Amino acid sequence: MMDSSEAIYDGLKDSGIDFIVSVPCVNLSKLLNMIDEDSEIIHIPVTREEEGIGICAGAYLGGKSPAILMQNSGLGNSINALKSLMELYEFPLLMIMSHRGTEGENICGQVPMGQSTPRILEGMDFKFFKPGNPEGAYEDILEAWDLSTEEGRPVSVLLEIKYW
Amino acid sequence: MARYEAIKDIMKSIDDELIVCNIGFPSRELYEIDDRDENFYMIGSMGLASSIGLGLALARPDKDIVVIDGDGSLLMNMGSLVTIFAANPSNLTWIVIDNGAYGSTGNQDTYAQLIDLVEIAKSVGFKNSYDFKDIDLKEIIASEDASFIVYNTESGNSKAPIIDLTPIEIKKRFMNAIK
Repeated sequence: MMDSSEAIYDGLKDSGIDFIVSVPCVNLSKLLNMIDEDSEIIHIPVTREEEGIGICAGAYLGGKSPAILMQNSGLGNSINALKSLMELYEFPLLMIMSHRGTEGENICGQVPMGQSTPRILEGMDFKFFKPGNPEGAYEDILEAWDLSTEEGRPVSVLLEIKYW
Repeated sequence: MARYEAIKDIMKSIDDELIVCNIGFPSRELYEIDDRDENFYMIGSMGLASSIGLGLALARPDKDIVVIDGDGSLLMNMGSLVTIFAANPSNLTWIVIDNGAYGSTGNQDTYAQLIDLVEIAKSVGFKNSYDFKDIDLKEIIASEDASFIVYNTESGNSKAPIIDLTPIEIKKRFMNAIK
């Protein structure tokens, strides 16, 4: 069995992702450390997810392959940028989301946004993957980035609590 | 003097720099004044000009990037001051045209009228935070450290028409020009 964080890291590397913005989640801690130690990846922690979407758009304009790492709450903070910037200009973006408020959540504040997250993505007409294990996550990340570059749209990988 | 003249003034110092321009009238006016392949015009997502500029500056350290932003847009993304200070790309020059108004929506007042943006950027830590009238823009573009410049103007829009390029055309043209 692959390690849950290493599988994502390997997926990002093998997809050619070389530019990452992040707002942390406890479930992303190990992955964020791995990225910080990788000199081939530019990693910019941001103050708010919406800002990160703008930074990713600029990085893509400059020739980078960008991804955002965040909690699903960050989806709510970036909806307009995802539509009025990324979709409008057909910028690809890989969104790796720690999907809180799912089975096993012990913080009640995470539940409302967590329950609505998949339907928000559907409503935005953005595709997403929900891998159940590390092997699946690795494959889904490769596929998500391919799809994102092909269609010029953000594609998400949702990682529920039980994934970790 | 209003924004249109400020953009004209800024463009006097621009040669091969890449420009990211704020949504609405600022982009329309820049398009009319000096359309070039190296201009990225924002059509949506108010507030994100400086963020796009930051991503571009980090991806292309070999190019100088100039962001033409506005006070209302800055107020919508104040966190960007902190992120850009922390990342400190020396090739990024962030100019805020401060007309104290939401120009594109009918010149409603912004809170920028109540505050000093140059002092705010200084207090965040920007070594280069200046009023445009006190500097030579070309020198600032060439300087080390990210720079924050405020260009104070009156409010008001020109009659510049809507940009007749699609967002995809703007993107492709820009990316081809900087390959």
